[in-house]
Amino acid sequence: MSALETGAERADPVLRMQGITKRFGSVTANEDISFSLHKGEVIALLGENGAGKTTLMNILFGQYSADKGVVEAFGTPLPAGAPRAALDAGVGMVHQHFTLADNLTVWENIALGTQELGAFSLRPARVKAKTRDLSARFHLTVDPDARVGALTVGERQRVEILKALYREAKVLILDEPTAVLTPQETDALFATLREAISMGLSIVFISHKLHEVMAIAHRVLVLRHGRLVAEREIGDTNAEELASIMVGGEVRAPEVPALPAGPALLTLTGATAGVLQDVDLTLNAGQITGIAGVSGNGQGALSDLISGVLTLQSGEMQIAGQTPTHWDARTAIAHGVGRIPEDRHKAGTIADFDLTENAILETYQTDFSRAGWMDWTKARRHTEHLIQTYDVRCPGPDTPIRLLSGGNMQKLILGRVLEENPQIIVANQPVRGLDIGAVNYVHSRLAAARESGSAILLISEDLDEIMKLSDKIHVISEGRLSPAFLRGALSVAEIGKWMAGQGFAHAS
Amino acid sequence: MRLEPISQPSLQRRLLPPTLAILASFAIAALLAQIAGGNPFAVFDLIFKGALGSKFALLETLNRATPLIFTGLAVAVAFRAKLWNIGAEAQLYAGAVITVVLGTGALAWPAPVLLPTLAIGAALAGAIVLLIPAMLKTRFGVDEVVTTLLFNFIFLLFVSYLLEGPLKDPMGMGWPKSARLIPEARLPRIVEGLRLHWGFALALICAVVVWVIDRKTTLGFEMRAVGQNPEAAAFAGIPVAKVILKTALLSGGLAAMGGFSEVAGLKGSLTLDLSPGFGYTGIVVAMLALLNPLGVVAAALFVAIIFVGADSMSRAIGVPTYLADIMLASALLLMVLAILFTKFRVRRD
Ligand SMILES: Nc1ncnc2c1ncn2[C@@H]1O[C@H](COP(=O)(O)OP(=O)(O)OP(=O)(O)O)[C@@H](O)[C@H]1O
Ligand SMILES: [Mg+2]
Repeated sequence: MSALETGAERADPVLRMQGITKRFGSVTANEDISFSLHKGEVIALLGENGAGKTTLMNILFGQYSADKGVVEAFGTPLPAGAPRAALDAGVGMVHQHFTLADNLTVWENIALGTQELGAFSLRPARVKAKTRDLSARFHLTVDPDARVGALTVGERQRVEILKALYREAKVLILDEPTAVLTPQETDALFATLREAISMGLSIVFISHKLHEVMAIAHRVLVLRHGRLVAEREIGDTNAEELASIMVGGEVRAPEVPALPAGPALLTLTGATAGVLQDVDLTLNAGQITGIAGVSGNGQGALSDLISGVLTLQSGEMQIAGQTPTHWDARTAIAHGVGRIPEDRHKAGTIADFDLTENAILETYQTDFSRAGWMDWTKARRHTEHLIQTYDVRCPGPDTPIRLLSGGNMQKLILGRVLEENPQIIVANQPVRGLDIGAVNYVHSRLAAARESGSAILLISEDLDEIMKLSDKIHVISEGRLSPAFLRGALSVAEIGKWMAGQGFAHAS
Repeated sequence: MRLEPISQPSLQRRLLPPTLAILASFAIAALLAQIAGGNPFAVFDLIFKGALGSKFALLETLNRATPLIFTGLAVAVAFRAKLWNIGAEAQLYAGAVITVVLGTGALAWPAPVLLPTLAIGAALAGAIVLLIPAMLKTRFGVDEVVTTLLFNFIFLLFVSYLLEGPLKDPMGMGWPKSARLIPEARLPRIVEGLRLHWGFALALICAVVVWVIDRKTTLGFEMRAVGQNPEAAAFAGIPVAKVILKTALLSGGLAAMGGFSEVAGLKGSLTLDLSPGFGYTGIVVAMLALLNPLGVVAAALFVAIIFVGADSMSRAIGVPTYLADIMLASALLLMVLAILFTKFRVRRD
């Protein structure tokens, strides 16, 4: 369906933001931003990491209060900084990082905060019935009695959306909903959103993926450095134009021609660990080996195994032709394995530690201490160097890393890894949540590491990324790994078959 | 009025909660003193005079603060690494027991050799007492809150057995009490003639050492990393279980030094009432200090002032000493509340 068909009626806006300005200390996150959203309309919010998208939506939803400006819902001004009022006015938000209570069930999470104070019971039957009804209507399959802690990311997101719909939201704000979804889950989400639009809901949608924006939005707003720099009807623009407005210049993805294999730096033979079954893999110097597949099929186990946080149950791992007697995170690092973890918030960084402490997390023992005494001067100098070399935008090395936008956090992790000149690099979803500029930057850095002889394992759900960068490709499905195919040897359709588990019977 | 998160609170803002909490606890105490029939100003006047008003009072307060610094440090060190050590009480008694076992004549060494031996022996005993629950935690995931808490009761019964049996003073006329330490095993006074022993200095040194470990050593870095995000610490190759065990050794050792200091510095022998809950009060001290090792010294002094002052006030005008407990409890609760204001800013519109 074309976006324009559902056509936004230009009646009174359901939502209006006028002259919004917000500063955090010296950082201007939003400056004089105005826009309005109409009934049945989808607005996409685009912008580099740190451009101020989340901040703007947090102001809209009342999490932060703007220094200047007004927020209006259905013609009446919303009191600043009152999420309750925003909810009551029919604005629902699905945050970039979820806000569900893990140890409660789905229906309890949905009921939480919707009951009047002093109600004696949460009325489970009623809540569950309404939840089931909404589930069916919006194609949001999820069991109301399941414990949220046991759900997949995609399912949790559905709960978040259900929660908003349960409160009769007329406006849905979705902050990077697809960053954590598989392509299949993204399709399902879009089906839900289309259903919502047809019922007259309005949506603000944030994403770094331009094809998604082109597919779902009616109108696009582009933020740069906190300012609204462009507004386009979707029919009047295209992905290339949006990309260049976003970064303020031409966007060029790095050219990464396929290279022949160097010597094998790491081999797995019949490796079984976690969900991995009997995996054979060779990482060659000077090559990027891509792993395609729907997430949750063993990618985590594969990267954990090579990273040294998962041990082999059977099979063999060789590093440069030798079988290490012992394999853990520290040994892996000592053997020149650089690790870019999938979850930078949970595994990659310590939120309240500053940049310096995070930068030396893997090397404090070897490079930044002597006989148990930390050398903070040296650590700080090193961090300043990383900030410079890898263009980490931040107030300084003493900033807690949680204040950095996702892209800048990832640049610091990248710097931490690459600065050690690793022989082998495990990059698990290295560009998730990053803007186009940052994506290109990370890719060109990985390509440069390849050129200098590193063996790189690139794990991604984004097939385009895999097909563009990898010298050879494996497909992973239910813990099994396909044989290696040279770049271009498989079509997208053939890869899709492997992902679905076809071919393995013949192969093994 | 609304709350807005603050990303990087300033130093003033971080010092505000303890200050506010303490002031507010005084206000609550004033109200209660009034109800109990005392004039609040007279009550506070007596508390402060009783705790700080004379040389004798001041030294008494410092002596009272000493074990609290040790247990406060023990708790702060452990809590920073998210090792919930509720067992400082047992560890303190373990230190006291070793001091008595070795210091009542078993080792007839000169003081300069004997005292460090006793201190180290006590620290080792406390370290081992906490090492067991810590190992149960790292090996089998047993909740250390439960094990350390319950072990307090078990250990106290064990001490009671020792004092009725093997450690009972033959000259004690039947009292459950150990023999007295030999003179070489006694911590001397800092200044001759003043009732303040070297245990207090040792406590201050320990606070500085813990601070230095925290900021300047790899162990401190590891303990903070493990406390804040064990998953990221493990991913980075920090041996999480080992760090937890090292934390346990340090924490247990510190609490046990408190036991050594009380026996060798103050009491001279071991009885079952050596500690009126120093181990538990250490938790209050550590929380009031926001787990900062230097803050522990200040918090321990505050708590000691309240306790010593309230004793003396109560003797003078008969307002019950429970006032001290209420002040501490309310200071702690208000502190938790006030911490909100380091993380959030109040906005009015
Ligand atoms: N609570 C805060 N305190 C200080 N600075 C903040 C705070 N929240 C955001 N910022 C800063 O404001 C700017 C905008 O951040 P915001 O999270 O809105 O970016 P974003 O466009 O959502 O980025 P991303 O695409 O990475 O999610 C960034 O420079 C960020 O570091
Ligand atoms: Mg954001």
